[in-house]
Amino acid sequence: MSLTAKDVAEITRLLEESAFDELSLEVDGLKLTLRRSADGDVRSAEGAAAVAPLPAPVAPPASVARSAAPCTAPARGAGVLDVPAPLLGTFYRAPKPGAPPFVEVGSPVEEDSIVGIIEVMKLMNTVRAGMRGTVTEILGRDGVLVEYGETLLRIAPAT
Amino acid sequence: MAIRRILIANRGEIATRIIRTCRQLGIEAVLAASEADRDSLPARLADRTVCIGPARATDSYLKVETIVQAALGVGACAIHPGYGFLSERAALARLCEEHGIIFIGPTAAQIDAVGDKLRARREAEAAAVPVVPGGAIESVVDAMALARRIGAPLLVKAVGGGGGRGMKRVDHLEDLPAAIALAASEAGAAFGDARVYLERFVTHGRHVEVQLLGDGAGRVVHLGERDCSVQRRYQKLIEETPAPGLTDGFRHRLHEAAVRFAERLAYRGAGTVEFLVDTERDSFHFLEMNARIQVEHPVTEAVTGIDLVAEQIAIASGDGLRLGQSDIRGRGCAMECRVNAEDPHRDFQPSPGLVSAVSWPAGPGIRVDTHIAPGSRVPPFYDSLLAKIIAHTPDRAATLALLRRAIGATCVTGVATNLGFHAAALADREFATGAVDTGFVARLLDGRSAPLQDASRG
Repeated sequence: MSLTAKDVAEITRLLEESAFDELSLEVDGLKLTLRRSADGDVRSAEGAAAVAPLPAPVAPPASVARSAAPCTAPARGAGVLDVPAPLLGTFYRAPKPGAPPFVEVGSPVEEDSIVGIIEVMKLMNTVRAGMRGTVTEILGRDGVLVEYGETLLRIAPAT
Repeated sequence: MAIRRILIANRGEIATRIIRTCRQLGIEAVLAASEADRDSLPARLADRTVCIGPARATDSYLKVETIVQAALGVGACAIHPGYGFLSERAALARLCEEHGIIFIGPTAAQIDAVGDKLRARREAEAAAVPVVPGGAIESVVDAMALARRIGAPLLVKAVGGGGGRGMKRVDHLEDLPAAIALAASEAGAAFGDARVYLERFVTHGRHVEVQLLGDGAGRVVHLGERDCSVQRRYQKLIEETPAPGLTDGFRHRLHEAAVRFAERLAYRGAGTVEFLVDTERDSFHFLEMNARIQVEHPVTEAVTGIDLVAEQIAIASGDGLRLGQSDIRGRGCAMECRVNAEDPHRDFQPSPGLVSAVSWPAGPGIRVDTHIAPGSRVPPFYDSLLAKIIAHTPDRAATLALLRRAIGATCVTGVATNLGFHAAALADREFATGAVDTGFVARLLDGRSAPLQDASRG
């Protein structure tokens, strides 16, 4: 048996809704570690490649467990992941008024690509993609309040 | 300035309570809720709910900047902080002042003045309000000298504490240096202020507080007093008004002292001055001032017919005090039980979980303030208050009988509650007589107080 992206997303959601900070799961030699970061959203322990359907069946490794499949949020449709607002504040799509947006639909992103800014009392917090892939949808509106956990944009992870 | 939209920076029953008054006044209520409270009753009742952060209060309800940003973002011109959380943080009041948002409460300077318990003591002395013997301590040598003058038992209290938090009791003076060291380190961790002071520990006192409203320009009225002596480890469980067994003269002196204290500060909004009352010696002493709406405010509302939250909003809007002292009259007796999700069989440990079924009492003279309905979750992150059940009739005996029936008619399943404790307390002979001191709950739990009839515990 193996874990699909949907499974991982479901497990992530369970962790997010729970009172626990960390979750470790070992299935048939596959090891998944999810950990809440300081700002409360769930990230993988390693924060490596994007969630993707894992090659199945996974041959039980001799010694080392596979590294975790990271993800930032529950999946939305097949293979598309939400990027949630890590905090409440005013969302900005561009570094300053008039400047081109950080990303548009179709933009390729790396894990550490900046996709927006959330301002809380003049303090600018950058929001990063958290995964490698392509932006498929932008939901956060420029200059408008976003709530904690509100979906800012969606990304189709690179396989 | 008319307030059209209020951001409520709180949760639970008080959020529900504030929404109710907003609705009556035609004001839009926006609730700032943590992730754990997104589906709560107040979140459903509010005109809009914004999620301010994760369940943990330090990441949501206690984030000053996030709350102000949320108010600006939703276009709310005022913030109601409720009680607890940020209600007595000068930082929130100050940030509101800076951003042109109305803080429904006192000024930041007033919060600072009463939040520093030593300063509040000095203000009380200056207003000719008696304080409990005690004072500031500079060193251990200093403390020992003061302690000898006061005499044991005494309390080491945190300057930044309050509400029973940050106190250590010392029965023998040789234990004082250790108690000071412990209290100072705990106070430093809990309140960010390691200063402590000494006060005489009054063994048999009653806790009586006076409800006030001030216009912020020096005019203050009182709305009578509440007796909150039924406490367990400084947590109030039953409150009533008027306080039983006080002479008219004593009651008047208590009210006047509270008004004098608040007038000196030109206090703005709703506040409460707490006193330790010694009826045997016919004396009272200032304890502290609470610069917020209090949990037990409904008993005052019941007897005066005044909506305290509406008055808070009116004062914050700049309407000033709409009531003169002669407009305020208490009628009858009101009593409140705080129903908590806690397990009396496990030393009153909080009992979070899912409320599977609930039935609250109703009828003439009964008021229930709650955020709990069937299917409500009691998250483990916050206080365990489920509901306040308030009874009001023309006299104390009838109120007590009505509240007994109301508690008996209340049913909560899924989480453990202290309803059994309330049934036992309300059936107790000493309580029925009235004017119990703060040692009552301990005596009741020890079985040293005789119940009038069998009352189920648990």
